[in-house]
Amino acid sequence: MIKTLAKQIKEFKRDSIMTPCFMILEVLMETLIPLLMGSIINEGIEAGNMNHIYLMGGAMLIAAVVGLYAGAMGGKYGARASTGFAKNLREAMFTNIQSFSFANIDKFSTAGLVTRLTTDVSNLQNAYQMILRMCIRAPFSLVIAMTAAFFVSPRIASIYLVAVLILGTILAIIMKFAMKYFSHLFEKYDALNESTQENVTAARVVKAYVREDYEIGKFKKASGDVYDLGVKAEKMVILNSPFMQATVYTCILLISWVGAHMIVSEELQIGDLSTLLAYCMNILMNLMMLSMVFVMITMSMASAKRICAVLNEEPTIKNPEDPVMNVADGSIVFDHVTFRYNEHSETPVLDNINLKIASGETIGIIGGTGSSKTSLVNLVSRLYDVSQGSVLVGGRDVRSYDLEVLRNQVAVVLQKNELFYGTIFDNLRWGDENATDEECIRACQLACADEFIEKMPEGYNTYIEQGGANVSGGQKQRLCIARALLKKPKILILDDSTSAVDTATDAKIRKAFAEAIPNVTKLIIAQRISSVEHADRIIVMNDGKVDGVGTHEELLANNVIYREVYEAQTGGNRDFDENGGEH
Amino acid sequence: MAVKRPEPVQKMGGGRGPGNRPPRGVKGPKIENAGKIFMRLVAYVGKYYWFHWILVAICIVGSVLANLQGTMFTKTLIDDYIRPLFQTAQEGGTADFTGLLGAMERVAIFYLLGITCAYTQARILLVVTQGTMRRIRNEMFEHMEKLPIKYFDTHAHGDVMSLYTNDVDTLRQMISQSMPQMFNSVITVVSTFIAMIVLSVPLTLLTIVMVGVMLFTSGKIAGLSSKNFVAQQRNLGLVNGYIEEMMSGQKVVKVFCHENRNLEDFKELNNELFDSAYKANKFANIMMPINAQLGTVSYVLCACVGGALALNGIGGFTVGGLTAFLTLNRGFNMPINQVSMQMNSIVMAMAGAKRVFDLLDEKPEVDEGYVTLVNAKEEGGELVESEERTGLWAWKHTHQADGSVTYVPLKGEVVFDGVDFGYTDEKMVLHDIELFAKPGQKIAFVGSTGAGKTTITNLINRFYDIQDGKIRYDGINVNKIKKADLRRSLGIVLQETNLFTASVMDNIRFGKLDATDEEVIAAAKLANADTFIRQLPDGYNTILSGNGANLSQGQRQLLAIARAAIADPPVLILDEATSSIDTRTEKIVQDGMDKLMHGRTTFVIAHRLSTVQNSDCIMVMEQGRIIERGTHDELLAAQGKYYQLYTGSSISA
Repeated sequence: MIKTLAKQIKEFKRDSIMTPCFMILEVLMETLIPLLMGSIINEGIEAGNMNHIYLMGGAMLIAAVVGLYAGAMGGKYGARASTGFAKNLREAMFTNIQSFSFANIDKFSTAGLVTRLTTDVSNLQNAYQMILRMCIRAPFSLVIAMTAAFFVSPRIASIYLVAVLILGTILAIIMKFAMKYFSHLFEKYDALNESTQENVTAARVVKAYVREDYEIGKFKKASGDVYDLGVKAEKMVILNSPFMQATVYTCILLISWVGAHMIVSEELQIGDLSTLLAYCMNILMNLMMLSMVFVMITMSMASAKRICAVLNEEPTIKNPEDPVMNVADGSIVFDHVTFRYNEHSETPVLDNINLKIASGETIGIIGGTGSSKTSLVNLVSRLYDVSQGSVLVGGRDVRSYDLEVLRNQVAVVLQKNELFYGTIFDNLRWGDENATDEECIRACQLACADEFIEKMPEGYNTYIEQGGANVSGGQKQRLCIARALLKKPKILILDDSTSAVDTATDAKIRKAFAEAIPNVTKLIIAQRISSVEHADRIIVMNDGKVDGVGTHEELLANNVIYREVYEAQTGGNRDFDENGGEH
Repeated sequence: MAVKRPEPVQKMGGGRGPGNRPPRGVKGPKIENAGKIFMRLVAYVGKYYWFHWILVAICIVGSVLANLQGTMFTKTLIDDYIRPLFQTAQEGGTADFTGLLGAMERVAIFYLLGITCAYTQARILLVVTQGTMRRIRNEMFEHMEKLPIKYFDTHAHGDVMSLYTNDVDTLRQMISQSMPQMFNSVITVVSTFIAMIVLSVPLTLLTIVMVGVMLFTSGKIAGLSSKNFVAQQRNLGLVNGYIEEMMSGQKVVKVFCHENRNLEDFKELNNELFDSAYKANKFANIMMPINAQLGTVSYVLCACVGGALALNGIGGFTVGGLTAFLTLNRGFNMPINQVSMQMNSIVMAMAGAKRVFDLLDEKPEVDEGYVTLVNAKEEGGELVESEERTGLWAWKHTHQADGSVTYVPLKGEVVFDGVDFGYTDEKMVLHDIELFAKPGQKIAFVGSTGAGKTTITNLINRFYDIQDGKIRYDGINVNKIKKADLRRSLGIVLQETNLFTASVMDNIRFGKLDATDEEVIAAAKLANADTFIRQLPDGYNTILSGNGANLSQGQRQLLAIARAAIADPPVLILDEATSSIDTRTEKIVQDGMDKLMHGRTTFVIAHRLSTVQNSDCIMVMEQGRIIERGTHDELLAAQGKYYQLYTGSSISA
């Protein structure tokens, strides 16, 4: 894990090395300055030696400037290294996510990916800065003080050693308990989050049922749990300080006592005693600092793990070596295709599918929820790889094509589609970045989108809000179709893409397709029989198998499922389309 | 094609889904009214915990004193004990350590006092901090529950959520460290200052000048830091917004082979974030060494000037005085350093507190209604109020003029009389709506998206208030009915079903909190939900999470129907699901809805032909007006808009 993360330091290696170096220089100055201060008092002021005061004062100023420089540089490099590290982490994750296949994306939830790219990265950034600035500095400072103490008096220094060991153990135990409570605390935070999230999204339901007080009660319980655990965890943390103080004070008293005896028996000089006492604080403070750093690192471990999971995720679909760069035509063949989302699941999602679709054919696909219609078409543009058998486009296995070439020739309008922040033109040019305005408008005319676009305040330059919040469902679907048309594909797949478009417009779009792009192979998944009844052939899917293939009339005569759906839709349950008169 | 993204701003209108994160509580380079917010926060914390703060203050004074004694001890130890002992030993006498032991015992007591004070202080502050955070969260939530639907419609949900965690968390360090630190510093600074004045006025002035320099530079750096800090937060908002958008659209990105262009856009945003984050952190990091070394400079200056003064005997300044003064000088600079180290967390806490207070300052929903819903029974041909559940409900109308009380039976008659409505006063979205629904009637709304169907249903339960006209429920103006009672008499099934993290049983019981298990099951049966619930791993006790993520859309809607069924309201508002349910599930949902509608006044936003056909009256809406009304047959005969919709011959015009 550390190796994965360390790889992302990249161009900030220099900063990462410079930071601790400058921190060490700062520590040196910090140790030096009190010595000079002591000298000013003892040999300057007390002795009435003004020159010594100037001399040492000058030396102190130099040390101060050096210390300032070191501190500032350490701060600067530390900031650069840690924010740069964060930048690289974000970039590396984003880059890797771009190479994810659909299967990879399914594995991580959208919310999960967002948290990893944001909160988790911030956590690591803080931890990294802490490590660079403190992890070297604190032990170094500790060692210097210890060594110095040993030089002055090994006997007294051994008191420190014992104190450090004892205090270290106590701090470790405290932190262990604190960590336990902290991890519970994070769980309770999730519950708190859940409660707020539900109330924010379900505000209408809560108000409609007048359940405000009930929800307040639930929330108070959650916030009470957070309080309880917060108090428990922090209770452990604040124990650090009294233990630490008690150790320092005990040391001071012990040293005073031992020191006094040693001085009397002339084993120690008086001046040395004050120096030793000064080190006492220094050593134990640094130990304390270390234990805090340790806590921070442990707390950021969870984030580090989550980030590594993304960084180490191997894309399941990769470009083949020596890929085919040209798709001959729009023919599709499913040859004994079996497909599972999860290799270990027993029942396949698609079970031994055999289909031959000629270039330019219009194919309707119909079937209930869970009958694997979407899974079937997703294999054509190699959004997923088959488990067994093969899918052929233009006479060649989809796995032999360059991914970009294949996907540019097989345009898919996904069921759950998205528009992005930008103008309508910007969104359309996702299909072809070099498309002229005229080409864009032409595509929109085919998709019956031009009429509503022209009525928008800025026409084609109207900004689409994030997630397409300012267009209706039907409008969004038509824009998505237009966007796919701009790719000028050989195969066009519409996955339930006109469900929110009224039947009349739906018919108009189909008519436009038949006239304007007759040679494009069209696969149309739909819930409505009316959307597919005029197709050359209709595939009826059921439970991952092809239940029947044929024209509308053939299926009405031979296929039970098709007939049932047809009857249901033309009877009392017919769609009364809400978007009928869309403007 | 790098799209220039706008500055994220507070979303207004239709703020559903994750928006670009607006900068957190900060507009422009500075937090407005930082002083005011700070005082408000202090007042808030002080209000509930004033006694705790007094104890904390005592503890702080106690530990400052104890520390002082401790520092002094080192000096006394050497000067008063060890030197004389050493002297005695040198002169051949036996060193008597009892005096030293006594001194050590005395100082040990001070140490103990110091430790006790420090721990007590931390322990009290812990309760104050966590307690304040809990109180603020609870207050925010209670307040939020009282806010009108408009608040939820106009604020990005992710943002509201982060108030409860991120923003409240910023207060933690502020209360537990910065506030006591500031108090501590003030005490130390004041006491040291007095001592310094007594020792030497000129040196004190010199020290003050240096402190001025320190404060000036700190202020400058803090300004630079917080300017970049704000820029960092803004860029972070942009990056987060971009990430959110692209992660949820990742599949589309793949389908359009848009990966590389996305990466370019992202890199650009990411680099901008790095720039500002780097600068913000740099200045924050530099602050500490600068202050520390300026302290050293101050020390050196005092030593030199003081040395000159003392050695030349100017102003009666002695060597001993100088030594003492130099110690004080260090003690004086220390707290300033410590406070400046807290600056970052204070800035962050101010930003967080501002957002928290903004929520608490939102105006809650006003409810001036006084007509309440009570259980009633009939006595001698007249309705009277009843203590227990009778199954018969009545509106208790206390007339404001004379205080007399009349009871009107709850029937479920709803009348709209010349209703105009707009989400803002400038732009009306509903015009002159006239509607009359008799008890038990079914009223269907049809029309295109944005015609105003959903808006009408938002008015009956007063999620929004109308600009003009009247809505009457059983003859009573809905403005006079207490909102809670009004809403209790209305059932609602929305298109997007919201479920809660709880068992299926509890989710249905949400409609009637005191319902028995049997009642829940009966409601589920009515809604056709019983069959699928029994197939869930734990049946009715299956815990749903993530808004029922493991259920299909149809199943979720069945649960919503059951939830409305158990509430058993006389009036129903239904929003049928549009699509994406397969035909068989749809039949089951439809059947459940039909059973629920039976015998109730129902307003239904209809998408299904069968629903429309069975309605007593169909309202065809267009651009906020009812353009046609009548039964299915009447409207067909009229050959208007409805006819076009029905026959599917309408061409989008």
